[in-house]
Amino acid sequence: MASDPRPPLKPSAPGAILTSLSELYNWGRSNSVWPLQFGLACCAIEMIASTMARFDMARFGSEVFRPSPRQADLMIVSGTVTKKMVPQIVRLYNQMPEPKYVIAMGACAISGGPFKQGYNVLKGIDRFIPVDLHIPGCPPRPEALLHGLIELQRRIASQTLVGESRPRHLVAEAPSEFAVPVHGPHDIIPPSNPGVWHPPALTRSSAGAA
Amino acid sequence: MSHCADLDPALLLSRVVAELDVHSGEVAPNHAVPGQSSLRVGREDLVRVAAWLRDDSALRLDFCSNVTGVDWPERTTKVKVRREVEGAIKEVEESRQVPGCLEVVYHLYSMTLKHGPVVLRVRTGNRADDVAVPSLTPVWRSCELQEREVYDLYGVHFQGHPDLRRLLMWDGFRDHPMRKDYLGPDDFEYEPTAHDEVLERAREHGRGAQRTGGAS
Repeated sequence: MASDPRPPLKPSAPGAILTSLSELYNWGRSNSVWPLQFGLACCAIEMIASTMARFDMARFGSEVFRPSPRQADLMIVSGTVTKKMVPQIVRLYNQMPEPKYVIAMGACAISGGPFKQGYNVLKGIDRFIPVDLHIPGCPPRPEALLHGLIELQRRIASQTLVGESRPRHLVAEAPSEFAVPVHGPHDIIPPSNPGVWHPPALTRSSAGAA
Repeated sequence: MSHCADLDPALLLSRVVAELDVHSGEVAPNHAVPGQSSLRVGREDLVRVAAWLRDDSALRLDFCSNVTGVDWPERTTKVKVRREVEGAIKEVEESRQVPGCLEVVYHLYSMTLKHGPVVLRVRTGNRADDVAVPSLTPVWRSCELQEREVYDLYGVHFQGHPDLRRLLMWDGFRDHPMRKDYLGPDDFEYEPTAHDEVLERAREHGRGAQRTGGAS
């Protein structure tokens, strides 16, 4: 008997069944992104406002804020992350089941914001956990949060089950938990997780010229 | 709330001397626009004076609204002294070391008589090892949390405080961030829009810059 004339099934070129399955899978995932119910600062007020009647986050399937990380898909880091809170946030993230996403909401969660040079403020939550989306603003309006959520849904929908663009939780070697920093005598130890974050290269002009 | 004549620190000081036989007090003047001078007493007399301020029928300062701290680092001042120089008495400038200390400030009001504030101050011996003052939590219940904050951020030890723990920083933290010589953690590795002090620290980052001060 002659050999099968069809080309071998390549992971990067899924067939009709796999494509349909992927679409169904992504449809389910992207339309029920349940956030973890916690807030850190004034951004949390905007986050709460976006769930209320005027903005109604429920239209996008994210109305169910879960009080337990075990049932949550999305961590909205809404506000200033103090160094006292960092271990708890990383631990909450570790306790969330895959697939899980992180939105850094507002200037503080992105970079420390107006408190960047404060001794007790973390200069961006992306130093410890991988952030999928940054929403700038101080605080961002509810529309901005909804825009971020829709953008996250769009990204989820564009993922495939196999191949390079598959979600992180389907990559066997991708970590799903990250080291929890400890409180040291002067600072948190380590001050950032080198496995997650490296300071971007910065070229500074010579001393004297700012 | 209005500031009535009964609450003038100079009058309070004279009453404290006459009625309580307390001689460690002084009036700390305020030359700034508000002109609100305060009553500073010695540590050994603080609790007696505080209880008297609360219980005196003309004062009835029953509410301590605010407790805060001030860090006074060691400094040198120039004073003019008259001294014999080359046979003649002349006025010369001399520099003097002023020892540092920590100061605790209490703002007192009366809910009963609707007046206030009276500002009560007390100083520690120095900034290193003699940093204890008596706690006023037994006199005003509202001092408890705020004295913990002063302990946390300035390192003042309140003797007699029922629960003296750090309030804002974590338990293992060793520094006192509101002290003038405190230098925060060296996490200046990425400062894209730095200027002034931040730019200095960002430049020093990675050159082995080590923290100094702030620890006790």
